[in-house]
Amino acid sequence: MNGLFGPVMVIVWKDVMLELRSRDLIVSVIVFGLLVVVVFNFALNNTPGRSEELAPGILWAAFAFAAVLAMNRAFVRDQEQGGLEGLLISPVSRDAIFLGKALTSLIFMLLVEAALLPIYAVMLDFSALSWNLMLTIFLGTLGFAVVGTLFSAMAVQTRSREIMLPVLFFPILLPVIIASVEATTRAIGGETFIGLGRWLPLIGVFDALFLVICPWVFSFVVEE
Amino acid sequence: MANTQSMEHPGALRQLPSVKTTLAVITGVMMLINLYFIFMVAPTDSVLGHVQRVFYFHVPIAIMSFLAFFVVFIASLGYLIKRTPKWDAVAHASAEVGVVFVTLALLTGIIWARPIWNTWWTWEPRLTTTMILWLIYVAYLMVRSYAPSQSKGAIYGAVVGIVGFVDVPIVYYSVVWWRSIHPSPVVGPFAQANALDGTMALILLYSFITFVFFFAYMVMERMELRKTEEALGHIRFTLRRRGR
Repeated sequence: MNGLFGPVMVIVWKDVMLELRSRDLIVSVIVFGLLVVVVFNFALNNTPGRSEELAPGILWAAFAFAAVLAMNRAFVRDQEQGGLEGLLISPVSRDAIFLGKALTSLIFMLLVEAALLPIYAVMLDFSALSWNLMLTIFLGTLGFAVVGTLFSAMAVQTRSREIMLPVLFFPILLPVIIASVEATTRAIGGETFIGLGRWLPLIGVFDALFLVICPWVFSFVVEE
Repeated sequence: MANTQSMEHPGALRQLPSVKTTLAVITGVMMLINLYFIFMVAPTDSVLGHVQRVFYFHVPIAIMSFLAFFVVFIASLGYLIKRTPKWDAVAHASAEVGVVFVTLALLTGIIWARPIWNTWWTWEPRLTTTMILWLIYVAYLMVRSYAPSQSKGAIYGAVVGIVGFVDVPIVYYSVVWWRSIHPSPVVGPFAQANALDGTMALILLYSFITFVFFFAYMVMERMELRKTEEALGHIRFTLRRRGR
């Protein structure tokens, strides 16, 4: 069980199995994502001509809210059943635990987004068939997953944990949200990869930076 | 037993106040002179009028809040590496003072913005970044106080202190780039700084030094308050244990 890849995959598999058996996360988050679009449609008075202008903002507001909702649950099951202690006692590095949990969140969020994107494309009237859009969504979601996993591990142990995660999550992830919205606007508008400008590199820098910092500080968060 | 508690402390107490009291006296005198400079000596701005005087508070306070969060960052790193409570005390005190300062910076900025820019708020990069800074460090204080134990709170605080500080430049650049694409109606509001005349610049510099002392004094005061809080908690704990 040494190395990083093996333990990470085991942890991902554990959470995927739990989700497959209970099905209490992904489906409810998808439903929530649909509700967000309905609310925004009326809140922003979305008329046919403005759809393309509003779509990126609505898309990322929905993804960000959905990510917080999903991430809030990331450690709850481990916390309730004492699974996290089990993981910590097992001879696995803290980095592997962090990467496993982050990868699980990334997979869940990408599944949710894959289900929501075609529906959004129809409802908000834009073309989702673009590699640039896919890349933006992937990089943005990676940022959500990495930082969200760290804060989720903290929030789950605090009082009023449902509030703590969004309070920590949104200010820190503001650059990712801004950059994702801007890149999505251009991707939907049919720009080339170069045309996306510095927004994708910005998300890339954010992801890389926090992929280094978060595993390190995570080891302090979970220690006893 | 309350006596034995207080018996342990006099040595420590006698040392700290001397530095702190000196700081308090220096800060007090400097602040009075500062007020005199700002309201009596500083020339009235020919274009902006008396409102311009808020800048002598606003600029030093804003810079001090950034300094405060830099101290939080360094102390948080120190705490995670060394694990001595001293580092955490510095981080905690500096974060609290920093939140007060950043709140004041936002408020004095609003006082300035309304008459000069004719709006209370604009999503200009510096304003937005300051706002996000405020949110991050309010979250810092929240996560500390909602943590299951004090030692956990110290670690969570240190994590937010590090992650938050690293995030600030990214926030700033993302908002700057975002702005450069959606042109702002406010053109070059900070160009004013170059137009300061000699007296104004000197008073601003003096005000800045005053606020450095003020900041140091506030942090020391807060650290001592925390020491008292801890001593009180200890007394309560022993009393409760022996009382029942």
